[in-house]
Amino acid sequence: MSETITEEYSVTGGDFSRAGYASSQIKKILKRMDVDKAIIKRTVVAAYEGEVNIVAHAWSGKIEFQMDEEQIRIILDDEGPGIEDIEKAMQEGYSTATSAIREMGFGAGMGLPNMKKNADHMHIESEPGKGTKVEIRMERMVRE
Amino acid sequence: MKVKEIIRILDARLLCGEDQLDYTVEMAFASDLMSDVLTQNNDHVLLITGLANMQTIRTAEMSDINCIVFARNKKATPEMVELAEESDIVLIECRYSLFKTCGLLYQAGVKPIF
Amino acid sequence: MTAAEMVNKLDLQVFSGEKGLDREISGGYMSDLLSDVMGNADEGQVWITLQTHKNVMAIASLKELAAVILVNGHKPDDDTAAQSNEEDIPLLGTSMSAFDITGKLYELIYK
Ligand SMILES: Nc1ncnc2c1ncn2[C@@H]1O[C@H](COP(=O)(O)OP(=O)(O)O)[C@@H](O)[C@H]1O
Ligand SMILES: [Mg+2]
Repeated sequence: MSETITEEYSVTGGDFSRAGYASSQIKKILKRMDVDKAIIKRTVVAAYEGEVNIVAHAWSGKIEFQMDEEQIRIILDDEGPGIEDIEKAMQEGYSTATSAIREMGFGAGMGLPNMKKNADHMHIESEPGKGTKVEIRMERMVRE
Repeated sequence: MKVKEIIRILDARLLCGEDQLDYTVEMAFASDLMSDVLTQNNDHVLLITGLANMQTIRTAEMSDINCIVFARNKKATPEMVELAEESDIVLIECRYSLFKTCGLLYQAGVKPIF
Repeated sequence: MTAAEMVNKLDLQVFSGEKGLDREISGGYMSDLLSDVMGNADEGQVWITLQTHKNVMAIASLKELAAVILVNGHKPDDDTAAQSNEEDIPLLGTSMSAFDITGKLYELIYK
């Protein structure tokens, strides 16, 4: 019984009222598939911060979800300004968010570090002026 | 502390979750920043916030938070209530400042996280 | 109660703005939304927040707040601390969460 689930969601930059829709759909799938509760929470928290980053910082993007017995993979791929200095962006407190984004409850520079903390593996690639691709991988084996 | 006691102490208004008046929260977390809320990983946490928008509900959904108090007289929109109902999240509106809301609940014995 | 007495009783860290520690405290305000503090905080209040950037001190000064407490072990940005010294408004810190420190300050003020 080897089952692979794949889904794809599109995300629109600037549309804060819909931010979180993809992560919410992913959460529903993970619950239905009976994934460990702690893993679900870590996965969707990371996915959601990533989704909000597309909405807050990029123009448009897509989120790919893949899951088999061993792993959950989420790829957040956007067209946008990209990240000039990824190491700097990963630092807690570093943010280029506008005050409008801060008034939305984000933009404290805590998103990427928290994604890294929650993900088992995280990889960022970015081309300034073009876009950013963040891959999050989770092992389905329960952490001790 | 039970949802119904929270409502009484804060002289607050229940927006949705009538069937969960006996739901019990152990601890509270107060913040207006959703990125901050997303760093906490306890269960049965009460979220107290002055940020009332769709992202507040989404954040609660992702962090398995089942009860939100909106302080500062913030109003939830019908869209927010609908989304909260889908995820079984209790919504409470309270007219006090965040400072007073936290103070009153702390005095009544609600614990901080950790 | 002065800011200095509050620092003592709540075991707060003093980052900067020591000259303002004799300021009298009228109450507290907890918020992470700068526009909200601009609109709703009152003179003499202690502002509890996890925002660390420079605008925090600009607002504290405009609103004539008594002190700012950064929560969750957050450290101020350098220019935030510098501005707190210029304005003589104490910039303080705690490892406690916002709910925790707010509860304790509320008890101190209203007991
Ligand atoms: N998808 C993205 N596209 C462009 N820039 C991004 C993206 N994600 C993150 N960044 C950059 O990295 C910074 C830090 O991101 P993060 O830690 O999530 O904090 P925040 O989103 O609160 O600013 C952002 O302010 C932004 O400059
Ligand atoms: Mg972010």
